[in-house]
Amino acid sequence: MKLISMLLVATTTLSGFAASNAVAQSDEVVNVYSARKEALIKPLLDQFTESTGIEVNLVTGNADALISRMQSEGQFSPVDILLTTDAGRLVRAQEAGLTQAIQLDVLTQGVPAHLRDEAGHWYALTKRARPLMINPNKVDKADLTSIFDLAKPHYKDQICVRSSSNIYNQSMVAALVLDAGKDKVENWAEAVVDNMARSPKGGDRDQIKAVAAGQCSIAIANTYYLAGMLSSDDPTEKAQAEQVEVVWTDQDSFGTHINISGAAVAKHAPNKDAALQLMAFMITPESQQWYAQQNHEYPVLEGVEWSPLMQAFGEFKPQSVSLKAVGKGNAQALMLMDRAGWK
Amino acid sequence: MEISVWRGSLLLISAVLCAPLLIVVSHLFIPEVSAWQHLRSTVLADYVANSLTLTLGVGIGTLLIGSVTAWCMTHYEFAARRILRWSLLLPLAMPAYIIAYTYTGMLDVAGPVQQLLREWFNVNYGDYYFPEIRSLPAAILLMSLVLYPYVYILARTAFSEQSQRMREVSSLHGRTSASHFWQVSLPLARPALFTGAALAMMEALADYGTVHYFGINTFTTGIFRSWYAMGNRNVATQLAAILCLFVLLVLVFEQHSRQKLRFYQQGAKQQSNQRDALVGWKSALVSFLCALPVILGFVIPVVQLLWWSASQYEQLWARDFVDLITTTFSLGILTAVLVVVIAIVFSYQQRWSASSLSRWQLRLLSLGYAIPGMVIAVGVLIMLGWGDAQLNHLSHTLTGDYVGLVLSGTAVALILAYCIRFLSIALQNTESGMMRISPAIDDAASTLGAGKFRLLAKIHTPLLRASVISAALLVFVDVLKELPATLVLRPFNVNTLAVRAYELASDERLIDAALPAITIVLVGLIPIVVLTKALDKGYS
Repeated sequence: MKLISMLLVATTTLSGFAASNAVAQSDEVVNVYSARKEALIKPLLDQFTESTGIEVNLVTGNADALISRMQSEGQFSPVDILLTTDAGRLVRAQEAGLTQAIQLDVLTQGVPAHLRDEAGHWYALTKRARPLMINPNKVDKADLTSIFDLAKPHYKDQICVRSSSNIYNQSMVAALVLDAGKDKVENWAEAVVDNMARSPKGGDRDQIKAVAAGQCSIAIANTYYLAGMLSSDDPTEKAQAEQVEVVWTDQDSFGTHINISGAAVAKHAPNKDAALQLMAFMITPESQQWYAQQNHEYPVLEGVEWSPLMQAFGEFKPQSVSLKAVGKGNAQALMLMDRAGWK
Repeated sequence: MEISVWRGSLLLISAVLCAPLLIVVSHLFIPEVSAWQHLRSTVLADYVANSLTLTLGVGIGTLLIGSVTAWCMTHYEFAARRILRWSLLLPLAMPAYIIAYTYTGMLDVAGPVQQLLREWFNVNYGDYYFPEIRSLPAAILLMSLVLYPYVYILARTAFSEQSQRMREVSSLHGRTSASHFWQVSLPLARPALFTGAALAMMEALADYGTVHYFGINTFTTGIFRSWYAMGNRNVATQLAAILCLFVLLVLVFEQHSRQKLRFYQQGAKQQSNQRDALVGWKSALVSFLCALPVILGFVIPVVQLLWWSASQYEQLWARDFVDLITTTFSLGILTAVLVVVIAIVFSYQQRWSASSLSRWQLRLLSLGYAIPGMVIAVGVLIMLGWGDAQLNHLSHTLTGDYVGLVLSGTAVALILAYCIRFLSIALQNTESGMMRISPAIDDAASTLGAGKFRLLAKIHTPLLRASVISAALLVFVDVLKELPATLVLRPFNVNTLAVRAYELASDERLIDAALPAITIVLVGLIPIVVLTKALDKGYS
């Protein structure tokens, strides 16, 4: 008897999902597949709902898993917008024919040309920079002006960086190949592997912590991780982050690597009007401000103020290669790292 | 007539459950020559070596921990026995990826333990030895610590069911207790031990969260890597297919070794086992040995997680968090009931018509457990996507309207994936339960005129009670912990505890991840308490 009532409750709850799925077809909603974690996007979507009255349905997950899901759902897919945390996945979705070109003045004017697809299939929403982070007591900043300096033999056992499975490293290497050529980058990658203090493990924060703990003296990491640690409630984490210093590399040549988070409208979007409204909302100065202040990501829109922590990291020259080309070079970059022994 | 309807529906169910796997395996025949050359010349050897080491290591580790603790609990009376009676199962509630996150947070180079060491002794990194937590040996140890209950449960059942008379006969023949263990008990319990170890090994083989976090390259990380980074779903699916074939081999071996050893016991429980009372240092030693896996696999990580989540406790009452729990529970209960019903029906069929066809059918259905959840999810998506297309075609022809996605993108997809993934746990339980019911009972009932269905309902199901309870609870806990398939298949706005914990932990926000993580662990405890009671009632 107890079992039956438990089952009843369970079925009712689950048919609740089915109902919300049905609602997802009506006019006043927009359905989002997001590779951004819920905590890093939900507040913004809530603001959108508040200001427009349009409900947002959200599924978060790995970008490739979400892309596969769109593929198998085909023309009946309920999704309107795909959000990803790097350019490569947007290019992949576009090449799989899952996106549609949209033209909105706010987007074409707000997003610089190298940060969007020329036909309008996808647009960057924020920039994410990947500089070096060093222990200034152990490393001379003047000796590290280029990312290629990491290949110097005296940095043996000094470098901490995460796995080549990580998308940020793949995009970084793909972008380097575009600016410096495949052979030079492959030699560099082999030398970096020789100089690693440990077999790659953990995320970007872990690399920063390893520098603070003295296991290595140079880490490669995205700045918003460092900013997140510096603004953390956890005093230990904060103290660790305070021990490292940001080094912007290649400022006299091609610049420091950047990646993007971005969005695309799905080819079969059932709520295209609402989707366009959400796209436009995410490029408003207020939304851009939110990214910069809450997540410490660099806004794509000119004139939006950075958070104080980002300002403290300093201005820098970003790499300006076409992100579409970077996206297409991802798989080649991974194979290059495989050959170099970058785990 | 009745029988052929029964057969037909069984075939249909197994077809639905096997189709996603067959879709995956069929990818083997798509040629991907250059990608494979690249894999072979760079990373493939690593994948194979690491996966094999991990799997064998976890097999040995769980056998060791599980059988030693089960033996002590069945045969000795010692100081900590009362507490351990319920606490030895606790690590079952701890997902491998959560114990990995927790120990890394504590023991990593930047963690509090090493930091304190450096401060106390005023040394720098590199001046002292400290084992690396994110390594293959540590992964084997941590996984063994949370997976040994699979062996323990089955071993304890097996040891308890060995009748007291066997021990008496042994001692009449002058055997010592040790020699009785090695020469009588262990061989008798072998099928149960192997089954438990096989479950643990399959889980280790399919693990993604832990090895990924530790930076160990295995088959599963290779699957994800080929899929994500190389964008090559065919190669990823082919790697998964090879993994399937490997698991199939292990299962055939396990089945083979089990077939030679089939024992029936009649009235095993008429006499309860007597336990030797240990005193003094022996009692202390056995207490310590049996408590160690609980302390390492449960107490320490739970205390750490509680400490971390202490700062987050106000979120407990948030509506959002209550939703998380209701969703996770609903999915767990529905899946558990469904899976157990299917498992009983199939084991029953196997008992009546053990043809080689039906045996292979069962083995195929058991494969899901060893396959990464993500791969099953892909198979399910492809299959249900096709099903939806047909449905829409049909509805368009009949009514001129499209019905949309009825199957994929709803809870149906998710529960189907869970069924495929966890059916083998339930089957292992119901099968070994059925095996322990003597065929003489069936013969007697048939002679008295009972039909097959009546036999199942009135005789077998009640006799299987313990197996059914443990099957349902194991499935429930596994759904609670399941991550990759849930991530891929969940409908809009559906979040589970595991998804929340994973998102935060993979963002390196261990402290924020602690609350959902500890909730998974604590909720996972409820069924374990029930399970312990059932075990104790049956065999103490």
